[in-house]
Amino acid sequence: MIRVVLPAHLRTLAQVKGDVMLEVHGDVTQRSILDALEASYPMLRGTIRDHDTQQRRGFVRFFACEEDLSHESPDAPLPDAVARGEEPFFVVGAIAGG
Amino acid sequence: MSGVRVLVGTRKGAFVLTSDAKREQWEVSGPHFAGWEIYHVKGSPADPNRLYVSQSTGWHGQVIQRSSDGGKTWEPVGNQFTYDGVPGTHQWYDGTPHPWEFKRVWHLEPSLTDPDTVYAGVEDAALFRSNDAGQTWQELAGLRGHGSGPRWQPGAGGMCLHTIILDPSDPQRIYIAISAAGAFRTDNGGETWRPINRGLKSQYIPDPDAEVGHCVHHVAMHRSRPGTLFMQKHWDVMRTDDAGDSWREVSGNLPTDFGFAIDVHAHEPETIYVVPIKSDSEHFPPDGKLRVFRSRTGGHDWEPLTKGLPQSNCYVNVLRDAMAVDSLDSCGVYFGTTGGQVYASADAGENWAPIVRDLPAVLSVEVQTLP
Repeated sequence: MIRVVLPAHLRTLAQVKGDVMLEVHGDVTQRSILDALEASYPMLRGTIRDHDTQQRRGFVRFFACEEDLSHESPDAPLPDAVARGEEPFFVVGAIAGG
Repeated sequence: MSGVRVLVGTRKGAFVLTSDAKREQWEVSGPHFAGWEIYHVKGSPADPNRLYVSQSTGWHGQVIQRSSDGGKTWEPVGNQFTYDGVPGTHQWYDGTPHPWEFKRVWHLEPSLTDPDTVYAGVEDAALFRSNDAGQTWQELAGLRGHGSGPRWQPGAGGMCLHTIILDPSDPQRIYIAISAAGAFRTDNGGETWRPINRGLKSQYIPDPDAEVGHCVHHVAMHRSRPGTLFMQKHWDVMRTDDAGDSWREVSGNLPTDFGFAIDVHAHEPETIYVVPIKSDSEHFPPDGKLRVFRSRTGGHDWEPLTKGLPQSNCYVNVLRDAMAVDSLDSCGVYFGTTGGQVYASADAGENWAPIVRDLPAVLSVEVQTLP
């Protein structure tokens, strides 16, 4: 199971407490995690990445294993520790806006 | 026993304020959607338990929430607002072409007859409609496709479609207003539109007959006279009696005719309310006195309403969608401020009292009169 940590606004929207556990089939990438996340929580569609372009929203970042993966390809494999469920995949609301 | 439900959108959540018909004791529910900007909350005239909410943040974009039990529970519905076809361009602040980009929903207007049909006015300016209770949204592209679209420019708050008025006597007729393009009308259910800005005079627009480019802040209508509209423009309070074909100024003796909010008494179609704001560079009431001005003559002659409102050191603003009226026998008038107060008058504006004093900045106020 893949562990995903959502920012507070999205936990409220998805009505979840704590981390989200997801079953991801095939390669574990940003895209496959977000596809699985949106399939389980359709209310999150459009709030992390654009509906049409699938581009990451400007003030959202992705972290895992203490690395900023926001600019990596959405199809690049994520670290093994994420794929094994040992480390979470973080969706982070950027600190911005004053 | 009848009562009212006041729906308040703020910078950090939504609040629902309820009272019986006396409107003296209030229950406050909220914040709903805490931390999110709530541009608008509105109930269906056809089913008062059906509410729609526009919820957004800069981080996570737009969400639409729906309630079918008067706000006790909520359900996120569709949030995909895709412009029809190739979006094209409008004018940017510097006059250059700028692509249309969806930013947020400013205003939700449920159908007068069908709780599952609702209109959304969005930034960048366009009108969307949902016929499935908010699950999916389709643009009424004839508006943006009007030939003037490439000449529309954003106002200081963005290029937003902020006002939607459905004509109760003609389901094919809809009025909308855009900052800073102006007002538009369709007579065929949204297929085609035309600007209705003749008579508006806007400083710095050299052409006195400019078809578009006017900074309309809000428009209000009394349902018994759907051809009469009252407008708070950037500067000037205006009225039309021919469905927008021509406008005339009715600012009269107002201390300043700048402002945002305007509304009409529920039972007196010639009684209108505005909250004068000092100027476009000083968004607060003149002299630090929060005064609602009422005209009982459809404009021109205005009286200040001050009882219960702060008359010194008050420097809040009242935004365009932050005033509403109920339809109880003694018409209630409500408005919210950027200081977080929601004021209510149960006697058409004679006396005011705050329902709440310390909410986040209020973006919108709507009222439902409950059976």
